[in-house]
Amino acid sequence: MAEKTVATAKSKADAGDVEQLLHAYEQMAKIREFEEKANELYMKALMPGLTHLYSGQEAVAVGVCEALRKEDYITSTHRGHGHCLAKGAAVDRMFAELLGKEAGFCKGKGGSMHIADPDSGNLGANAIVGGSMGIATGAALSAKMRGSDQVAVCFFGDGAVAQGLLFEVMNMAALWNLPVIYVCENNNYSEYTHRTETLAGEITDRAKAFGIHTETVDGQDVQLVQATMEKLVERARRGEGPAFLECLTYRYYGHHVGDINRTYYRSKEEEQDWRENRDPLKLLGEKLIGQKLTDQSVLDRIQADVKAEIESGVQFAIDASYPDQSQVTEDVFA
Amino acid sequence: MAERELTFAEAVNEALAEEMRRDPTVFIIGEDVAEAGTPFKVLSGLVEEFGPERVIDSPISEPGFTGMGVGAAMTGMRPVVDIMFGDFLTLAMDQIVNQAAKVHYMSGGKMKVPVVFRTNLGATRRSAAQHSQSLHAWVSHVPGLKVAIPSTPYDAKGLLKTAIRDENPVVFFEDKMMFKMKGLVPADDYTIPFGVADVKLKGEDITLVATSSMVQIALGAAKKLKEIGLSAEVIDPRTTTPLDKETLIESAKKTSRAIVIDEGYEQYGVTAELASVIADGAFYYLDAPVKRMGAMNVPIPFSPALEDLTVQTEETVFQMAKSLCGKV
Repeated sequence: MAEKTVATAKSKADAGDVEQLLHAYEQMAKIREFEEKANELYMKALMPGLTHLYSGQEAVAVGVCEALRKEDYITSTHRGHGHCLAKGAAVDRMFAELLGKEAGFCKGKGGSMHIADPDSGNLGANAIVGGSMGIATGAALSAKMRGSDQVAVCFFGDGAVAQGLLFEVMNMAALWNLPVIYVCENNNYSEYTHRTETLAGEITDRAKAFGIHTETVDGQDVQLVQATMEKLVERARRGEGPAFLECLTYRYYGHHVGDINRTYYRSKEEEQDWRENRDPLKLLGEKLIGQKLTDQSVLDRIQADVKAEIESGVQFAIDASYPDQSQVTEDVFA
Repeated sequence: MAERELTFAEAVNEALAEEMRRDPTVFIIGEDVAEAGTPFKVLSGLVEEFGPERVIDSPISEPGFTGMGVGAAMTGMRPVVDIMFGDFLTLAMDQIVNQAAKVHYMSGGKMKVPVVFRTNLGATRRSAAQHSQSLHAWVSHVPGLKVAIPSTPYDAKGLLKTAIRDENPVVFFEDKMMFKMKGLVPADDYTIPFGVADVKLKGEDITLVATSSMVQIALGAAKKLKEIGLSAEVIDPRTTTPLDKETLIESAKKTSRAIVIDEGYEQYGVTAELASVIADGAFYYLDAPVKRMGAMNVPIPFSPALEDLTVQTEETVFQMAKSLCGKV
C-alpha cells in the first residue's frame, strides 16, 4: 500500500489559542470519561443492550465540532457518543438515554445508537452503517435551498466507505456544489476485520474521483483536525462545495463493549502502542505543558470537573424514571 | 366548486403545482422529473414554472436521492421524491424503512420527516417482472409510514395535497395504467383526509373492497352483478395506513359478504390485512368467508398471453361475487 501523506500540525500554538485548546482538552476528557462510565454501566449490567465506545477517537469529533457553529448539522454513527457530546449534548440526558429513561434525549426510545439532539444540530446517530450519508447530504441540499450558510457534516468510519450510498451522494454533492463535509474516521477496523481486507485502494481516491477536495490528517491531533476542518467549513460556506476529510485514528475498545477478546483480529501490542504513543488527550496535554501554555494543575482541575459532571450525569440517569407504558404507541406519527 | 374533467396525470400535476405555489419549501427530486416530466409525462410543465432548483433532475441513484429527501425533510423542506417505478422502491428501502419511518419515533418525537415518496404500481403494461409490481404492501407493513393509493383523478389531487402537507413520510402510489383516465376535479384547493374510505357505489348484497387499479375492476364487476340481480357495494379505502376499518366493517355487516381486491401479490398482501379486519369486525354478520383476490403469486411475465392472467379482471371478480352469493 502506498505511504499516506499525513499533514502535521504546526509545532507551536499561539497564546491566543490556549483557551480554545483547553476547551478541546475538556471536551475530549469528557468523552473519554463518558465512555469509561458507559463501559462500566455495561459491565455492571446496569445498561440494557450494547454500546460502541468512542475512546481513542476523541480528537476527531472534537476537532471537527469545534470548527462548527451550533446551527450546523452533523449526522453520527453507531459509535456516536463522541460526536454527540462534541456538538454540545448534555451528559445527563445522554446517560438517561443509554439507560432507556424518559429523561433521555429520545425519551428512551432510541438508546445509544440513535441519540439525536436537533437543538445542537445533531440529526441523529444511525445504526445502519453509512445510513446517514443521504440525510447529511440532504441537509446540505436543504441549507443551500433555504439560502442559509449552514454546513452539514457526515461522520462515518472506514467500514462505511464500502457502502454504495456514499458514491451516490458524493456524486450529487459534487454536481450540485453542496455544503457537506464527509468525515471518514479511519480507525482501521470494519467491525472485526482489518481495513486491508475490506477496502481496495486509498479511501480518499473515492472522493477525488468525483472532483471532491480531500484531506488526510492525523486524527489523534485535535489541533490539526480542527485547523483542517475550519478550512473545509469556510470553503463550504463560501459556496465552494463538498470536501472529504480522512482522519487516521484508532478505537481502544472492541467493535462494541462485548467484544473483549480481540486477539484474533488485532494484537494487544498494537492497542498498547496507540494508547501509549498516539493518545489524543496525552498528546495535547504534553503539548500544552511542553510549550508552557498551561500547567498540570489546570489539566488536573479539568479532569476533576469532568469526572464530577460524569458522576452526576450517571446518577441523574440512574434516578430517572422509565417511560410510562403509554409511551410505547406515542411518536409513531407526528 | 368549479369542476373540470382532468386526467389522473393532470390531477397529480395540478396538486403538485398548487402546493409548490402555496409553499416554497415543497420541491421535487428524482430521475427525469424536469424537462422530461417523467416517462409518463406526469410532471410536464413544472420545471418551466418552478425552475430546475425546485424540480431537480437527479442521477439514477434511488438510495442517494431518497436519503437526501429524508435529510432535507428533517431540516425544513418538504420534498416530493419521485421514484420512477414502484419496483425501484426496493433500491431505496433502507432510506424509507430504516430512516424515514423511524426518525420521529427514535428521536422521541423531536424530529419530523415531512416527505412524500411518489411512485406507482400496476401491471398489464407489457413491462415484465421489474417494472410491473404493486409493492404497496411492503411499505404498509412498516409503522411510521403513511400509504395513499388513489383510484380516481379527484382522489389523486386531494390525497396528494394532504400527503404534501402531512408531517410524516407518505408513500403515494399511482396506477400507471390510470394516468389517462378522466374524471371531474375541482379547480379549487381541496384536500382529502387520510384514513377515510370512499363508498364508490352503494349496494346491499355484497361488499367489494377494492384499491387503486382494482376499483374500476370492481365497479365493472358490480355492473355485471346488477344484471343478474345482485347489488354490490364498492368501497375504496384510499389509504392503507391509516386504514378506515370502520367503513369496511360496517359495509360487511350490512351486506354479510365481502371480497377484497388488490393488485399486490396475494400472498401476505394487502388483501390479507383487509380481509382479517373484516373477518374480525363483522364475524357474526357474515354469511360467507371473506374472499381475497390479489395478483397471482408469480413474477409478472412479459407475454400478454401470460401477463393478463396474473391480475384480477371484471370477469374474475364477477364470478367470485356470484358464487359467494350462492348464484352458480
